[in-house]
Amino acid sequence: MRHTISILVDNEPGVLARIAGLFSARGFNIESLCVAETLDPTMSRITLVTSGDDWIIEQIIKRFNNMINVIKVQDLTEFTRVEREMVLVRVEATPETRAEILRTADIFRAKVVDVGPKTYMLELTGDQDKIDAFLEILKPLGIREIARTGTVALARELQNSNKRR
Amino acid sequence: MARRMIGAEMFFETLIDQGVDIIFGLPGGYVLKVYDVMPKYKHAIKHVLARHEQAATHMADGYARASGRAGVVLCTSGPAATNTVTGIATAHMDSSPVVVFTGQVPTPYLGSDAFQEADHIGITRPCTKHNCLVRRTRDLPRAIKEAFYIALTGRPGPVLVDMPKDVLIGEDEFEIPKEINIRGYKPVTKGHPLQIKRAVDMILSSKRPVIFGGGGLIWSEATPELIEFAHRLQIPVALTLMGLGAYPADDPYFLSMLGMHGSYKANMAVHESDLIIAIGARFDDRATGGNFSKFAPNARIIHIDIDPSSIDKNIRVHCPIVGDAKQVLRQILELIPSDFKVDRREWFGKIEEWERQHPLVCKQSDKKIMTSFLIDMLWRLTKGDAIIVTDVGQHQMWVAQFYKFKRPRTHITSGGLGTMGFGFPAAMGAKFARPDELVICVSGDGSFQMNMQELATAVENNMDLKVIVINNEHHGMVRQWQTMFFNRNYSASHFDVMPDFVKLAEAFGAKGLRATHPDELESTLKEGLFSEGVVLMEIVVDYEEMVYPMIAPGGAMNEMILEPADVA
Repeated sequence: MRHTISILVDNEPGVLARIAGLFSARGFNIESLCVAETLDPTMSRITLVTSGDDWIIEQIIKRFNNMINVIKVQDLTEFTRVEREMVLVRVEATPETRAEILRTADIFRAKVVDVGPKTYMLELTGDQDKIDAFLEILKPLGIREIARTGTVALARELQNSNKRR
Repeated sequence: MARRMIGAEMFFETLIDQGVDIIFGLPGGYVLKVYDVMPKYKHAIKHVLARHEQAATHMADGYARASGRAGVVLCTSGPAATNTVTGIATAHMDSSPVVVFTGQVPTPYLGSDAFQEADHIGITRPCTKHNCLVRRTRDLPRAIKEAFYIALTGRPGPVLVDMPKDVLIGEDEFEIPKEINIRGYKPVTKGHPLQIKRAVDMILSSKRPVIFGGGGLIWSEATPELIEFAHRLQIPVALTLMGLGAYPADDPYFLSMLGMHGSYKANMAVHESDLIIAIGARFDDRATGGNFSKFAPNARIIHIDIDPSSIDKNIRVHCPIVGDAKQVLRQILELIPSDFKVDRREWFGKIEEWERQHPLVCKQSDKKIMTSFLIDMLWRLTKGDAIIVTDVGQHQMWVAQFYKFKRPRTHITSGGLGTMGFGFPAAMGAKFARPDELVICVSGDGSFQMNMQELATAVENNMDLKVIVINNEHHGMVRQWQTMFFNRNYSASHFDVMPDFVKLAEAFGAKGLRATHPDELESTLKEGLFSEGVVLMEIVVDYEEMVYPMIAPGGAMNEMILEPADVA
């Protein structure tokens, strides 16, 4: 099962290596990873997406909690939450496809952030499914390159008690 | 106003503040300033000059295990730091509070492949409880104080502090923080009251309970509580290798060691129990047989451990209690009714029956010295009162089986990592920690050759230390596995050349003795154990003796391979 884990850590060199090392030592894969400073510059929030059965995830979270530099760990999968990622896509823009690209961007509420003689660059924010769908639609038009941020997530203030395990 | 001083002086001032009075180390390039100021602090801190950084780390580890205080290592960068890695990993697996200080290239040169540069933090990250690189002189006292705090609290473990040369020679105001408050580190010591209540209910309703005790009992100094717990509730006690000493071996409730080479009754009791009370043990594969699906099929499990990540790691437990063993046992004892009575005659009757069927008995021969017989004799000669530090292999298992440890911190061994070469330097560390005790290193020919250079250090420090080198001309445990599981294909387990250990001892200025025949054994041991100084006793033993019982790797605890009758 896919899990989104949010980790509050000391904003210090080497902390990310500790987190990543725990995965590599056990042969687990990280699907995506986002790290940035919080409002308190001494802390960073890491949002990490990984897959594994509940037992493996439980072990990983316990190990995170054991790390001196880890302040708080939450498995957001247990909560109703908002998940977002962002993608930048450079797509081939020929006179024939330009209109369709703009129409597609409009449907997905993506923005055009760069225009060149041969390509458009689009920016889209959404959950993973939306981004995947957007890329799927653009693929036949000729995607040159993409950069995806990976998931960031926060729990909602009001928790649906049925949803929470 | 705070005093101004250089980093190297802050290093010693903070160590003294932490109560450190001995460090094990080796000088080199980037820590030379520390060694330069060291004579000023000679009155407070003794420096033991080891011959190899790995050995220095084992010494600090042995010191920590024998005393309960942190063992301290000081060495330079690069090869010195990488040499400590085996020692650090050993301490990490056995939860031993070792604090390692390494020199490092000056901060502007970090990452430039400078002479003797290695990424100490990166290399030791997976085998330390924590590590850190100090970037400013003024941060040194806090880093050191935090290192000791982290090493000694919660589940103890090794911490490495990396000190670049410019940090050590730089000058700044010296101030040790009064309190340590690490926001990501708050170990839980008190058991959750609801879980304690559940555990008590499980204990009171159990018919066939057994205690599965580990090294955590020793680190939390829970022996008095454990004895009271076992006696009041009439529960037999089996210990893991790391737990030996936590419960007196001469107590009638003691079942001896459990696990791969545990006693028949201990393993059968765990397998047949209806309740396992695991305390400070982590269900290692050597303790459970490694077949977790066949482990104690009818038992419910209470698991008391200070490390939440040890719980449900190998075995699913029914009642986890995160907390310090001593404190949790007290909490449980408070809830046991004072008039509690139970009839466990049936359960103890079964245990006695197992003991009658397959007792642990040492072997005897009038032609060759049997190692199990040697250990039994060592126990009788020392009345179970010595501190025994072992290496790794067959001799380690025979010590666990036949030396009946009475007190905590008298059995010191590398259990988790199984580090050959650990024994001798660790025994030196133990002797520095407990100078008034008889400290004996029991080693094998293979293990001893991995750190025998430290004979020089032992002689240099006028130590009163006894070393028994059991010479069977083989890697004995390797040979045993080849006999049992590899069709007697004795590949690379025999030594064609063996040093003359007596001459070796003499070459270092130690005393050397040898026994090759059973008739000489007792007199040699007596002479060696009760004469002053560093004494090496080489005991030439039968190389075919094997350690039984044995749970084959992946077996269940009731599936023990027993001594073949015709050999015995």
